[in-house]
Amino acid sequence: MFISSQSSAPSFRDFTLVMPAVAVGNVGQLAVDLIVSTLNMSRVGHIHTDCLIPMAGNNPYASSKEDGEELHTPAEVYAAAELKLAVLQIRAPILQSKTKKFRQLLVSWIKSSGFSRTVVLSSSHAYQRDDQQLQGIPLRYLVTPSLLKGSADALKELGWREMERVPAFPGLTDGNTEPRLCIPGGGITKGLYTDSCKEDLPLAVLLVFCSEGDNIPDAFALANHLNDWLHLLDDNSKQPNKWKIPTSWSLLFGNGIPPALF
Amino acid sequence: MATFFGEVLSVYSRAVEEDDDELDENEEDEQIRRELEEKREVHLHWSPEVSESLKSGNKLQCSNFVLAVGQNASSFLSVHILSTANWDTIGRASAWNERSRAVTGQSCEESACVFYRHKDNPTVLICQVSCYIAEDQLFQWTEKVFDCLQHRELNVTVLSDTSVADYKTADYLGGSSAPFLRSLHTSAFGDQPVCQSLEQPNIVTGLPAAVLNHCQVHRISAVVYQCYSDVIGPDSVTMETYKPVLTKLGRSIQLDLSPSTDALRKFVRTTDLQSNLYI
Repeated sequence: MFISSQSSAPSFRDFTLVMPAVAVGNVGQLAVDLIVSTLNMSRVGHIHTDCLIPMAGNNPYASSKEDGEELHTPAEVYAAAELKLAVLQIRAPILQSKTKKFRQLLVSWIKSSGFSRTVVLSSSHAYQRDDQQLQGIPLRYLVTPSLLKGSADALKELGWREMERVPAFPGLTDGNTEPRLCIPGGGITKGLYTDSCKEDLPLAVLLVFCSEGDNIPDAFALANHLNDWLHLLDDNSKQPNKWKIPTSWSLLFGNGIPPALF
Repeated sequence: MATFFGEVLSVYSRAVEEDDDELDENEEDEQIRRELEEKREVHLHWSPEVSESLKSGNKLQCSNFVLAVGQNASSFLSVHILSTANWDTIGRASAWNERSRAVTGQSCEESACVFYRHKDNPTVLICQVSCYIAEDQLFQWTEKVFDCLQHRELNVTVLSDTSVADYKTADYLGGSSAPFLRSLHTSAFGDQPVCQSLEQPNIVTGLPAAVLNHCQVHRISAVVYQCYSDVIGPDSVTMETYKPVLTKLGRSIQLDLSPSTDALRKFVRTTDLQSNLYI
């Protein structure tokens, strides 16, 4: 359930929604962190639900001491009205028994908010790729028929690769089985996509094949990939790294080294 | 995962399970799932007087709600606050999960999550939680408990403890730094916390997080004091760290600032017996 953190409920009509799927390597969530932190987006509300494991922390995007003390919850919505962009960040795993309920909640919220399109940032196990998926860049996309209607030309221009369907029984040449969509390690990605197809929702999935470890490079790749399409950052800046890393990314590999070691 | 030096570590995988609801669930599976869900439900058992008033639509009048989660925090309340004998037991919460003991644990479960009310000032409530509440029960527990409380002018204080191993810092934590206290509060909290705020990238999880989330979205004033301790089990040094919080609470609650050693010993001794590491 969406709860506004301001006095009046924000309007998301014709906004683009970008959200992560909690998936292998947390790449989608990291990429969303980059977007929120770089565009300096402001929080407009929370998704308060029993489908997520509770967690709380201080401001993950704090830039100074003053704005550090601000409570943040497992699922929050950020907005940049001038870009007509809304971002949903999910910071906690989804309870295994409630994934279906969570998907339904998201789909009905997206529908009622009137977003013009939704982009899901996700990832999939690199080791489960088949031969055709191993070729070329590790980034793939999926779009629902409803989004394809309006964005077919733009997608063609980008030259992206669509996520390949894999044969249901690899190695068997049975003409009767149709290749199927398979996103191992992608969490709710596939379910959300198929739900959106059924509900005629304009939704795209951008995903990256990755392994667990230091997934920061994957997050940059995914965020850049999204930027090629949505142009969130101006292209004039030719700096190698135009994204701003949030403060909450510190100490990913544990604490400082004990001085007594040396 | 193998480290730089070649040892193989078993790490918590961030990879998530496949969405498996495409598999056709038969009726029996569904029934088992439903029954399990019913069994895992959180139940509140109030005293006859309280449940009577709740039934007639009157929520519990509450100005201060103090919640202690974990052994150190709840022992601290037992020693410093509940020992003054000014408290009535008004109810308890029960939650069955995979860590609940089968039959013998009946009494243990009953005493694991208890609500107390001050005799002279009935708007002060205390809850001690020393049992494990599973991840899927946290949200429900919070909803159910706060549904019984009057939200106006409500101040929530949560005392919680966790291991210092969960604390992330760029500086090296020497042996003398633990135990220490960190705070996290909702936007509606107008007071000054008694200790430093919890630094990013540290987070709070479990029941304290569930309470904070609930209070944040419902605009209730709440603060969590998280104690990071390097001792397993309750000990008096760790309990000392909560003392500054008492002065804040002292305005509304009568406290026992210097409890007798006997009272302390009762709570600390239990773990001595279990540890045979250095016999």
